[in-house]
Amino acid sequence: MRGHMKRMLQAALGLVFLIPALIVKDTYISLALYILALLSSGGTVLLSALRNLFSGEIFDENLLMALAAAGAFCIGEYPEAVSVMLLYQIGETFQAYAVGRSRKSIQSLMDIRPDHANIESDGEIIEVDPADVHPGDVFIVKMGERIPLDGRIIKGETSIDVSALTGESVPRDVKEGDEVLSGSINLTGMIRAEAIKEFEDSTASKILDLVENAASKKAKSEYFITSFARWYTPTVVISALLLAALPPIFLPGAVFSDWLYRALTFLVISCPCALVISVPLSYFAGLGRASRFGILIKGSNYLDALSKINSVVFDKTGTLTKGVFKVQSVHAETLSDAEILTYAAHAENFSRHPIAEAIQKAAEGFIDVSRISSVSELPGLGVFAVVDGHEVACGNHRLLESQNLPMPEFAQSQTTVFVLIDGKYEGAITLADVVKPEAALSIQKLRALGVKRLAMLTGDKKEVGQRVARDLNLDEAATELLPGDKVSEFERLIEGAPKKTKTAFVGDGMNDAPVLARADVGIAMGSLGSDAAIEAADVVIMTDELTRIPEAIELSKATNRIVVQNIVFSLFVKFLVLALSAFGFASMWAAVFADVGVCVIAILNAMRLLKRNE
Amino acid sequence: MKKTLLLNGLCCAHCAAKIERAVGKLDGVVSTNLNFMTAKLSIEAMEAKMESVLAEAEKIIKKVERDIEIKRI
Repeated sequence: MRGHMKRMLQAALGLVFLIPALIVKDTYISLALYILALLSSGGTVLLSALRNLFSGEIFDENLLMALAAAGAFCIGEYPEAVSVMLLYQIGETFQAYAVGRSRKSIQSLMDIRPDHANIESDGEIIEVDPADVHPGDVFIVKMGERIPLDGRIIKGETSIDVSALTGESVPRDVKEGDEVLSGSINLTGMIRAEAIKEFEDSTASKILDLVENAASKKAKSEYFITSFARWYTPTVVISALLLAALPPIFLPGAVFSDWLYRALTFLVISCPCALVISVPLSYFAGLGRASRFGILIKGSNYLDALSKINSVVFDKTGTLTKGVFKVQSVHAETLSDAEILTYAAHAENFSRHPIAEAIQKAAEGFIDVSRISSVSELPGLGVFAVVDGHEVACGNHRLLESQNLPMPEFAQSQTTVFVLIDGKYEGAITLADVVKPEAALSIQKLRALGVKRLAMLTGDKKEVGQRVARDLNLDEAATELLPGDKVSEFERLIEGAPKKTKTAFVGDGMNDAPVLARADVGIAMGSLGSDAAIEAADVVIMTDELTRIPEAIELSKATNRIVVQNIVFSLFVKFLVLALSAFGFASMWAAVFADVGVCVIAILNAMRLLKRNE
Repeated sequence: MKKTLLLNGLCCAHCAAKIERAVGKLDGVVSTNLNFMTAKLSIEAMEAKMESVLAEAEKIIKKVERDIEIKRI
């Protein structure tokens, strides 16, 4: 802030001398006042211009402004000279203020860094630096405080607000034994937790690190702007020189001071600041906004690529589906459906396999452990148990084959558990992985956003995979893939996609690393806190919600729109004012506007991204 | 190894680009990145040269924009 105050003070002082200078009739006094006004408003600019000149910085903004003012002064345009300095100082102040504000608002979006941790020492609660708390240490989080490190609750229960991490606004209830992530806010009660990670490896630190470093992977338009800026200033300065020198020599009747004035106006417009600032700022605002939605994007280039996505390939299990099996139907031969289910649930009672757990869940409340007398595993086939004195075997199609029993028709296309009682086929239970409720809507939205090709990869059986693909209205499904086939299959699916478009792969991050890396944009789902996903993916969706993908694409499109607006607008105004001043139609005031005014407008435009509602 | 400098008062994007470029050319520097929004300059350099690189970098920053307050973090 001190810098802003100094500039404003200088501008005010300049104004104090400028006003009487305009009024006073005596030429010498007014000239003296003009000089005072110029020096007081632009003295520091002149000084740094001189300093930079001696250190070889010829295309320095200060130097160009100082030259413009000094030149205008020399040709007798005193008020112009002073006001260029005045407006420049005011404009710079505005610009610095706008940059400061946007820095703050972007950072407040990402304000998840915990500043302290409470620990107990000699019966008293003291505040320490979270970096001094290590895994295994116990820390205390009071009501309303931010959780400093990833930990496991050892005492107390509470609701925590995880919205800063995931964008999910409904508080999460947690109790003893649950894990809590740093950066979330403890809402209702005091908890004691044991740290499970170092501060720097905790979620909050990781996310911040990721978002802050995201700016280092620049988008194409950022490179365009920086390289553009490098030749823009020298070109404008050289044209200014030519403008001052050539016409008075070659044009009959040309007045040197007129052309010099035009050349000086060129110098004022020659700073590329508006461009250099507004493009990275727009991307940064977009990245900040996305992180608030629970979408971590690892670079401006990926934010840019998201808007150009033409094909999206999904992994099935855990991404399109919940990865949790649910009993679909029971087929009984002689007994009732309920009896088959309870027999199976008893036999499977001690198994932790996802399919066994689904059957247990379906029979919840009807399981009586005392009915089970002997349990054994049938490797590769299923389980065997004695229930109520009956020998019950539950297992897959290989169990049927081992008994030389035929496979029923309905079992072809579904995940099925067969139930044999006393060696006789008695029935079967079919299960399915549940499709996420928002999957269909998200896919519809992706199509509406212009994604042309939507496909799916899975290791599952053909019939199972194709049914999910049909239900979700996907274009294609590649099924029965071994983990190693996924990359080549992904390549086949995206073959023929138009060159300028991008492809995305959406996976759960744990086992899809090679495909995530192969895709232009690898999107990992529901992987908050998973190191593997954060490593391999370009975009990490911290909640499990598929709807975040169309949201990310929308945000990316909005960011790109603003980037294009800023580039077109600043270039248009600059070239317009350059053209006008070359023909003598633009004053230095217009030039100052083209410099700093445009810059402030571009910054404000970029800030609109932060206001986008959820 | 990697070190980060916080450049308090950095408010000219063009200067930021200049600083980034100049520091990148220093002897021993592997990579540099100046994040204009967070005003953080991260420098990756060979361990043996780190101190001299940091000292040189501070000089460059002071030369480009005198009012910047530099903090090592």
